[in-house]
Amino acid sequence: MTTVAAPVARSREASPLLRFAGRRLLGAVVALFVASLVIFAGTQLLPGDAASVVLGRNGNPATVKLLHQQLNLDRPAWQQYVDWITGLLHGDLGNSAVGMAQGATSAPIWPLISDAVVNSVILALITALLMIPLSLGLGVVAAVLRGKWPDHVISVASLAAIALPEFVIGSLLIGVFFVGLDWLPPVAIVAPGASPLDDPEKLVLPVATLLLASLAAGIRMVRAGMIEVLQTEYVQTARLNGVSERRVLWRYALRNALPTSVQILAQNLQWLIGGIIITENVFAYPGIGSTLVVAVQNRDLTLVMSVSMLIAVVYVLLNLVADLFVMLLVPKLREPA
Amino acid sequence: MTGRLRFLRSTSGALGAGIVVFVVLVALFGRYFAPHDPSAPIGVPLSDASSDAWLGTDFLGRDVFSRLLYGGRSVILIALAATLLAYAVGLGIGLMAGYSRSFVDPLLMRSVDVLLAFPPLLLLLILITGAGTSVAVLIIGVAIIQAPAISRIVRTATQVEAVRAYVEAAIARGERPLAILGREVMPNILAPVLVDSGLRFTFSILIIASVNFLGLGLQPPSPDWALMISENREYISVNSLAVLAPAAMIALLTIGINLTGDGIARSLGRSYVPRTSRTVIE
Amino acid sequence: MSAIAPPSAVVRVDGLTLALHTGEPVVEDVSFSLGAGEILGLVGESGSGKTTTALALLGYTRPGVTWRSGTVEVGGEQVRERDERSLRSLRGRVVSYVPQDPGGALNPSLRVGDAILDVLRAHRSGEGSPELVHAALDRVELGGDAGFPRRYPHQLSGGQQQRVTIAMACVCEPPVAVLDEPTTGLDVLTQDRILFELDRLRNEQGMAMVYVSHDLAVVARMADRIVVMYAGRVVENAPAADVIERPRHPYTRALVAAIPDFRTPRSLRGIPGVSVGVGEWPKGCAFAPRCEHAAVLCEEAVPVLADAAPGHAVRCCRTHEISAPERAESTLRSRPVAPETAPLLEVTELEARYRSGRSARPAVVDVSFAIPPGRCVALVGESGSGKTTVGRCIAGLHRPSSGSILFAGNWLIADAAARPLDVRRRIQIVFQNPFESLNPRHQVRSSIARPLRVLRRLSRRDADAAVGDLLERVRLPKRVAERFPVELSGGERQRVAIARALAAEPDLLICDEVTSALDVSVQAAVLELLQELQRELGLSMLFITHNLGVVACVADSVLVMDQGSLVESGPVAQVLEHPQHEYTRRLLSAAPTLADVAAGA
Repeated sequence: MTTVAAPVARSREASPLLRFAGRRLLGAVVALFVASLVIFAGTQLLPGDAASVVLGRNGNPATVKLLHQQLNLDRPAWQQYVDWITGLLHGDLGNSAVGMAQGATSAPIWPLISDAVVNSVILALITALLMIPLSLGLGVVAAVLRGKWPDHVISVASLAAIALPEFVIGSLLIGVFFVGLDWLPPVAIVAPGASPLDDPEKLVLPVATLLLASLAAGIRMVRAGMIEVLQTEYVQTARLNGVSERRVLWRYALRNALPTSVQILAQNLQWLIGGIIITENVFAYPGIGSTLVVAVQNRDLTLVMSVSMLIAVVYVLLNLVADLFVMLLVPKLREPA
Repeated sequence: MTGRLRFLRSTSGALGAGIVVFVVLVALFGRYFAPHDPSAPIGVPLSDASSDAWLGTDFLGRDVFSRLLYGGRSVILIALAATLLAYAVGLGIGLMAGYSRSFVDPLLMRSVDVLLAFPPLLLLLILITGAGTSVAVLIIGVAIIQAPAISRIVRTATQVEAVRAYVEAAIARGERPLAILGREVMPNILAPVLVDSGLRFTFSILIIASVNFLGLGLQPPSPDWALMISENREYISVNSLAVLAPAAMIALLTIGINLTGDGIARSLGRSYVPRTSRTVIE
Repeated sequence: MSAIAPPSAVVRVDGLTLALHTGEPVVEDVSFSLGAGEILGLVGESGSGKTTTALALLGYTRPGVTWRSGTVEVGGEQVRERDERSLRSLRGRVVSYVPQDPGGALNPSLRVGDAILDVLRAHRSGEGSPELVHAALDRVELGGDAGFPRRYPHQLSGGQQQRVTIAMACVCEPPVAVLDEPTTGLDVLTQDRILFELDRLRNEQGMAMVYVSHDLAVVARMADRIVVMYAGRVVENAPAADVIERPRHPYTRALVAAIPDFRTPRSLRGIPGVSVGVGEWPKGCAFAPRCEHAAVLCEEAVPVLADAAPGHAVRCCRTHEISAPERAESTLRSRPVAPETAPLLEVTELEARYRSGRSARPAVVDVSFAIPPGRCVALVGESGSGKTTVGRCIAGLHRPSSGSILFAGNWLIADAAARPLDVRRRIQIVFQNPFESLNPRHQVRSSIARPLRVLRRLSRRDADAAVGDLLERVRLPKRVAERFPVELSGGERQRVAIARALAAEPDLLICDEVTSALDVSVQAAVLELLQELQRELGLSMLFITHNLGVVACVADSVLVMDQGSLVESGPVAQVLEHPQHEYTRRLLSAAPTLADVAAGA
């Protein structure tokens, strides 16, 4: 068809952008809602009486009944769910089941985990700040120098690293840097109230572990995306018309490989959250991951629910930010469909 | 068709396959060669390697080498069962979603995407909190975690196939959708699915091992590799082999699977890269 | 070597030989020259090496291909033996490039004005003035809209995108441009305009062009000189008019005879056999296996490129002995139909929509026509005209939104799956893309047997026997049955697809652009086959195509569609010689034809 495409008026550029963002935001809210249902269903509705499980051997009909009342377990399921959600929206994370089972009249969750949250955020931020530029940089270098030795080294190393779980990497690092060289401490215990940044040496191995685990995947995917872009017709046309290689790499190749890379990085940051749970455990670091594991071990339902919800919020937010970034980078998405 | 074993010609494929075979054989049959009972203490805890205990003893005095030979089977079998279950579900959902041009596709995909709002490990932990620790929970849990990603890959591959002329020729002949899916579509989506399967299996192993490490999966005194690492790491400076040996086994297994997957991908003409689970323009 | 290149030649290629690392030559002993403001048409089919040769002018070789010998000189400068940096200074400034697919050749995240600026800045250090960009756009008739440079490629039509790539190639005013099939992906009308622009540019700027194409008719219009390549070698090099009217190489002659041309419709003759790929070159003349004049001498040694007439070089040792073929006579078929014959297919007020995302736009609007039994009706239009949708509706692959289709007097149900077995059997469709018509995982035998089992309920044994007969009918050897599609060429695959359609013993065959993706010589052979089958079996055919030349050679009557509506219909002779509708007239005047060679240059 040889119709001339209608020019897009500048003033209309804003609205498809907003509409796209609005749709994504709505999607995020729905995702969180559904996530909360899954969390609730997973912890509460599976067979087994929750209260007896929490009390374990200390359970007898009287204590079980008391706990039921304290945790509102005697109400119908849908009402428990509504109570929990409304509580969350008001900032009330509920009471720790284990705490209540031990006889307290109230055991609010937030004070229990606030320190841990801060510690985990610090660990995550440091890792993320290192991971993003390293993934992008090494991935692009491997793609541009494809076939040459830097590419081989990077590719092989990442192939190996990608296979190893965090606890294996962590253990190996401890083996080398503590047992072997005695340079770094094997655990990263932080006293309650103290900041992990007081003794940064402790953070080196945990960060290194997280970094090695997530970097590998990111590098491979960025490399693949970049290679794909470098083989496009428009890169070749630009080169055949004499455009400088630097300009071609930046504005023709990298710029168009970014949208995929952004999504890859977002996915990596999400994996990071999973990795934190394990890594904190390996190094006995008092973050949200350790808290969660202890809670699961003790079957502290309410704590598990609320912490999971927090993590899901971060997860979904990451997706949202990544999507918005992508939309800014890809001009075609700004048009109405 | 042509050389299914073609991937063995690439160095990574051959090397990977060799390593995997070695580790799997040890995991499945090693126990028949174990010099000692894996649960019985045979000497001083955390003693170094000796002629009686080739890798020394662990923190309870048990023979590390024997435990090593017993320690792989559960993880591999559970991971295998979980991955197969995930494929069964994922293939079904993916084929249906990819082939339908109606509301069924977005409906299925949105439902499946829900599970992508969680870090995989978290989902498993939630299930364990609610349903306790058992092999069944591990299998079903890991299958639930993997199924969404598999269905996405299958769906994308199916969508590509569904518009091919030979599929349209079959539609024009009036063939039923099930027959078309089985005869025309399935054989052509095997390639991307196969490339992905290595990664899926590795991931299952990693998740289960991680859960075991946290003490939330298989319970002591089970001689599981991940458990061994977790139990003995406080004493790593005394007998490091108790930690490093099982770590090495896990590492060999997963690296081997990845190399094999890389080899398969290369022989099929692709690069072995885990793709993002979401596409750019959704 | 042919005539010595004049000293003012702006392109000089001498004995160019490119080969793979393993030694097999890709292009051998290619020589030609071009003067300022001249257009050279580089013509050949797939595997001829024409694109490889053209890209060598830019100093580019595909990975794995190296320079073996010969020189290339553009604008007085040597192209060989340059490092990346000096090549870059050459590209865009002395010789520029216009790509085949403009949509894919423009950076999707860069505004078109900036893209042109990039080429400018690469060669004029420092300044990148918007005025020069505007001037470049003006030169390709895009200067009217001041906001144009700020647009993104996806906001432009195909024709506009191609003009932008041409503007990029002209902005530094290089003396030479290499154009790699620049209009192949465009509609006939758009192509016509682009060719007009290119001609104007050549006149105004004196820019020489190397125009690579497989379409001899397009080249006939544009080129001053034509170089024909086959299997990596130049086989004929002469002024355009000579090549078209007095071709001397058997391949060129066969090519000219194979091109469907609506001005001179005639029975097409395909070239038997397949072209040779790299590494498969025979000892002697590469065309000998397919040449009807081949003698023992031809297979002994590669013929030398020599002048058969002044300025007309040919690579054939028998060229003087072969007489010129007779002019085939114009035969536009229009067999009359007895008025009482009931039509096999009757389409009434058909409407169909195309859904993309949430919106639905009309694809077919109020189309009505009939196909008499045993006749071939051509459905002609550009992309987006709705012709394919009409075919799909009839085949049961697309649900019309309103209107009716009657097949042999009965209402045709929209979905193929809901149709009775008999109806499904009697209507068959062959698709355009030979690489997608057959399931790559099924043997040919299995693909052909499927309709035999499903639609004719044959037993396995009977079906297997029938497969062999069907293959013979489409002139393929029986052993093809054991092969997988990947082992067959495009033309062979289309024949298998036709055999599969014939397996059902249909009454109506819908051919949806079945030859558009094939080389010209192969296309002619397939069309020849279809014509024969139609005659032998008394098939009715709905032949969907955008190529008017094909229509002239194959159809009895023709329907012309534009943007979903039927604008003209009638017997072929009448519509092509006395078109009534404005759109039909435009289409006819824009369609490339070999007769243009007299008008051009």
